[in-house]
Order: sequence, then structure tokens, then C-alpha cells
Amino acid sequence: MHGLAPADPAVSDLSIEIRDLSFAYDQRLVLKGIDLTARRGQVIAIMGNSGCGKTTLLRLIGGALKPSRGRLLVEGTDMSTLDERGLYRLRRRMGMLFQFGALFTDLTVFENVAFALREHSDLPEEMIRDLVFMKLNAVGLRGAHDLKPSELSGGMARRVALARAIALEPALILYDEPFAGLDPISLGVTGNLIRRLTDTLGVTSVVVTHDVQESLKIVDYVYFVSEGVIEARGTPAELRASVLPYVHQFVHGEADGPVPFHYPAPDYAEDLGVVA
Amino acid sequence: MQRATIDFWVGVFVVAGIGALLFLALRVGNMGAFDRAETYTVKATFNNVGGLKVRAPVKSAGVVVGRVSAIGFDPELYEASVTLRIDARYRFPVDTTASIMTSGLLGEQYVALEAGGDDRMLAAGDTLRLTQGAVVLENLIGHFIYGRGDADKTNSAAEH
Amino acid sequence: MMQALAMVLRGIGRRVVDGVWRMGVATRFFALTLLYSGQCFRRPGLIVREIFSSGVLSLIIILVSGLFVGMVLGLQGYETLQTYGSEEALGILVALSLVRELGPVVAALLFASRAGSAITAEIGLMKATEQIAAMEMMAVNPVARVVAPRFWGAVISMPFLAAMFSAMGIFGGYLVGVVLIGVDEGSFWSQMQAAVDFREDVLNGVIKSVVFGIAVTAIALFEGYDAPPTAEGVSRATTRTVVTSSLAILGLDFILTAIMFRGV
Repeated sequence: MHGLAPADPAVSDLSIEIRDLSFAYDQRLVLKGIDLTARRGQVIAIMGNSGCGKTTLLRLIGGALKPSRGRLLVEGTDMSTLDERGLYRLRRRMGMLFQFGALFTDLTVFENVAFALREHSDLPEEMIRDLVFMKLNAVGLRGAHDLKPSELSGGMARRVALARAIALEPALILYDEPFAGLDPISLGVTGNLIRRLTDTLGVTSVVVTHDVQESLKIVDYVYFVSEGVIEARGTPAELRASVLPYVHQFVHGEADGPVPFHYPAPDYAEDLGVVA
Repeated sequence: MQRATIDFWVGVFVVAGIGALLFLALRVGNMGAFDRAETYTVKATFNNVGGLKVRAPVKSAGVVVGRVSAIGFDPELYEASVTLRIDARYRFPVDTTASIMTSGLLGEQYVALEAGGDDRMLAAGDTLRLTQGAVVLENLIGHFIYGRGDADKTNSAAEH
Repeated sequence: MMQALAMVLRGIGRRVVDGVWRMGVATRFFALTLLYSGQCFRRPGLIVREIFSSGVLSLIIILVSGLFVGMVLGLQGYETLQTYGSEEALGILVALSLVRELGPVVAALLFASRAGSAITAEIGLMKATEQIAAMEMMAVNPVARVVAPRFWGAVISMPFLAAMFSAMGIFGGYLVGVVLIGVDEGSFWSQMQAAVDFREDVLNGVIKSVVFGIAVTAIALFEGYDAPPTAEGVSRATTRTVVTSSLAILGLDFILTAIMFRGV
């Protein structure tokens, strides 16, 4: 099983290394000169308001997009030189948790978690069963193995998807908005799970989120992205103490600040026709 | 749904599908008849084939013994050249007569073979020399109206 | 004035370019489907599952429609043939119209609206809910795992469905003609057998249904895969599948008929 192969320790303990990375959709530059590193065993967060390019960054790390310029190394492999076969080989060592879980709706919880094992290995049925139950137990949903995704709550679906993401014992797990739309209890559960799995499995976790309070509790390092550039970076403690107006607005959830409340518009009075 | 249930229904589906195909092939179509049997082809020229179609039956004494496989025009004789595919089990003498008949008043047209008395049998590629073309209804009516005088011209007996 | 004309021309031009571009994308997608088909033949379980969802689940509508179409043919055919006193030819009429045309065509139209739309909706929703992306992130090629099995499952189902439609229709015609109206049973079947040729009629019908199956499924899969990942996008793609594949079936039917039955 490729998923178990450890990364070559001689390379470095860098899981992700991004240098001066830019990306453009058609002509529109979405990311401009990003620098980012993630070490093994770290949980890093990429934060920013909606539409700042953080999901694009995650998709670049996952290999769904190719950078327009710059270096992007994942587990020591240069993503820009990979062909499809190489990309698929690398992805066996990645897990990804999608925003709403993205569980396969026609399969049961058990089959969802077993999916990658069945696709990539010829393990005997008992062994698949044991592995799946181990993963489901890790997210506390062993008892739900017979349910269909439609019978799960949002938080449970997220946890099943997490069990599925770790099925192949990846070296790197990517989380796309893992906290979106969860109630406070599920929020805490998911946050703790991300931290615990990272520590116990020794993986690297990259969390893309705009949920500041929850993520600051669990992450080791934070990158703030705004308008396609990294506006600020630091440990949670550094960011809480930050006096940068953008970070301050974000961390404390203020309505107006460097990120304006109003979408750019002509003068209000002019639009209402009271001037003239 | 359980794998076993799916397998079962797909099995039923495939068996029913093959059954339907066999029904179409054997009961509805004529595959059993002589389509797969050995055949040999002979030619016949007619002065008029009327409404004869490719695949029309070739009958002898009312029994289907073959099919019309091609109808063409012979530019030298100015006549229709008809290729007959005949079941190899049935052999006919060389002086067999081929005529184009109609089943019923308005039914489909077929080629009727009437065996002669010769000892030699037709071989593949031979041409039938004695033929009688289709009866054209208009000529027949004309025959009744204008009396017997034109009989030889209108009943289209063509013997080479 | 000139500007308006230029705008109209630009509009036409853009439509043509877009259309050609889409055709190219669809062709490439179809080629990829064939290219990645190897995997699903090594795992026949995947195809069996799709034969179930596109074939077995379409069975009821196919059988019931076939029966009714055959019964209507029996009634109408009898009415017409009776005028010429050749009711015995009812068997020919029912069998030939079903085996050559109605079987493959109507079965394919029903298949397009039953199974084709389901395929489009399913794949469109898988894309909208990021299931396709999740599969890609799990290093599983979605064309090989999702698209190819559906393609082969549906293509295998189609000729069986068409044959069952025709068989059911002939049974319906028999029911109305022989059992209800009282056409002679012997001549019903014997005339039918004399007129229906296995190769010319039955086999050509099967070939038609295979071609229709390929067309409908390829359209349904492409529309699903190409659908914008929104509720509106998926619903529009589903509609387009039914419309496009119905037109494709009728157009292809004309071409195939012209090639197959030209000599008759």
C-alpha cells in the first residue's frame, strides 16, 4: 500500500514548501507571490475572508490546479513537473476533507471509508473491515457504519469524511472549511479531531477556514490571505496580539475596517438622487 | 441494495433480454428456416418483374425453397435479371420454368418454379431459360376489353 | 445599422464557435471514456450495478409501453388491412414495424428519458456535491470509476430493452389481433415469419438499438459531467440530455434506415 510509505526523511521535514507562487484564472491574478511552509506534525491554517483565494491555494496544493508561476513542493515533489500518473501516486499520500464532506451518496458509511482501500489495494475483506472500523472508531462513529450519508447530520458527515480521508494513512491532510455550518458542539468535536489526528498519526494538516476562534485554538501557525497575498503570518498567540488593522478586524470580527462593509459603490447620496 | 439482489435481477434481465432476442429470431423471424442452410444461386431473366422485391420467396409447388437475392436490369437484352438463392437441399432440372406469380389478388409477388423433365440438374450460376414474367394488371384488363386477338402480345409469355 | 449587423454576425459566430468547441470537448470526453474502460472490465461488478440501475429499473416502463404500442398497432393495423381484406397480414405489419423501427426507436426514447436523465442528474449532483473532486483527491480516476461503468452498463442494457419492447409489442398485437378480434392464428404467425428476415430486420433492429444506446449514454454522461455544479445547472443539463438524445435518436434512425433498407 502506497499510503503507508514514509516520506524520504533525507529530503526534509517540510511537508509543503511554496515559494513565490502565483496563479491566474484566465487573466485574473488570484494569488500573487505566496510563500508558505508546513512542517510535519503541524496544523497550519490558511485564513481570510471569502473570495480571497484561500480555497484556490488548497486546490493548488492538492494538484487540482497548476501554478502559473513559482515553486510548489508537496512531500518533496515538485507539483509543476508531475504528470497525471505521478499526481495520482502523490495523492495516495494525501487526504482531503471537503467542505460538506462530499460523501458518496450511493454508498453506506462503511463503504465510503472502505472506498480508497478497495480501489488501491487487494486487501482481504476482513482486513478492510478491521481498518474501516479503526478509522470510524477514531472519529467516534463506528456505530454508524450501516447508515447512508443522507441519514447523517452535517457534523457526523464531516467526521465520516474525515475517517475516509485518513483511510490510506496519508502524510498530509487538507481541510476545506471544516467548520462551515456546524453547531457549537460539532465545531468543538471537529476541531479536537483535527488536532488529535495530526498528533497521533504524525501527519501534516492544512486547514482552510474563516472560523477564527475555533481554529486559533488548535493550530500551530496561521497564514492570513487577503486579495491574493499573505497579509500576515504567525502563531495564534502572535496574531491575537497583533496590531495590524486587517488581522485585528478579522480576529475580533469587526464589521468595518480595512475590509470595508460596503462593496465599492458611487456616492450614496448620488445614487439616491438627493444631490443635483 | 444488496449485491446479491442486484446480481439476481441483472441475471433475470439478461436472460429475459436474450429470450426476447431468440423469440424475435426464431418465432418472429425466419432464422430457423433456411437462412443458415447451404444455398446455391441461379439466374433468370424476365421481360417484366412487376412488383417483385428482393427477398421475395421462391416457391415450388407452394413450398418456399429459396429467396430472391437480387434484381437487376440487363442492358443487352433489355430485360430484368433476377438472382435466386435456392436451398441446396432442393435440386431442379435445367428445363425448370420460373414464373412470377401473385399470392391472392393484391398480395405480394413471388417466383414460382415448375420442374421440367430433363435429367440434368441446375448447378450454381446457371441461368433458367424458361421464364414467364409478371402479369400486368392493365394489360390483363386490356386483354378482356379488346378480345382474344391481342392475347399473344399481352399475356407476356417470353420464351427464349 | 452596420453596427447592428456586425453584432448579429458576432452573435452567430460566437454560437458556432461555442458549439464546435463543445463538440470537441464532448468527443474528447467520449474518447477518454473508451480509453479508461479497461478498469471496469476487470471489475465486472461495477458494470453489473449499472446494468441494474439503467436496465432493470427501466424494465417496467419498457414492457408496459411495448405492450400498449403493440396493442394499438394491432387495432389500427386491423382497421386498415380489413379494408383490403388482408387481415392475415396483421402479423407482418405489427412485427415489421416493431422490429425495424418502433422497437429500437421508442425503447431508446423511453430509455433516454428514464435512464439517460437519471445518469445526467446523478453525475451532475456528484459533481455539485464535490464527490467527483473527492474521488480525484483519493487518486481514483472518476472517468474510469464513475463514467465508464455507466457507459457500458447502459450500452449493454439497450439492445435487450429494445428486444423486450418488440417482443412485448408483438405479444400485444397478437393479443388484440388474434385473441380479441379473431384473426387466424396460423396465418398471423406464418405470414409474419415469411416476411420478417432475421438478418435484414431483426439484426438491423439490434444494430440500431446498440447505436442509439451509445448515443444516448454518451450524451447523458457528457451533459452530467459538463453540468454547472448548481441545482439549476443540473436540472438544465437533465433537460438537455432528454432533448438532445431524442433528436439524436430520430436523426440517427433516419441515417441508419437509409443505409440498411435502401435496397428494399
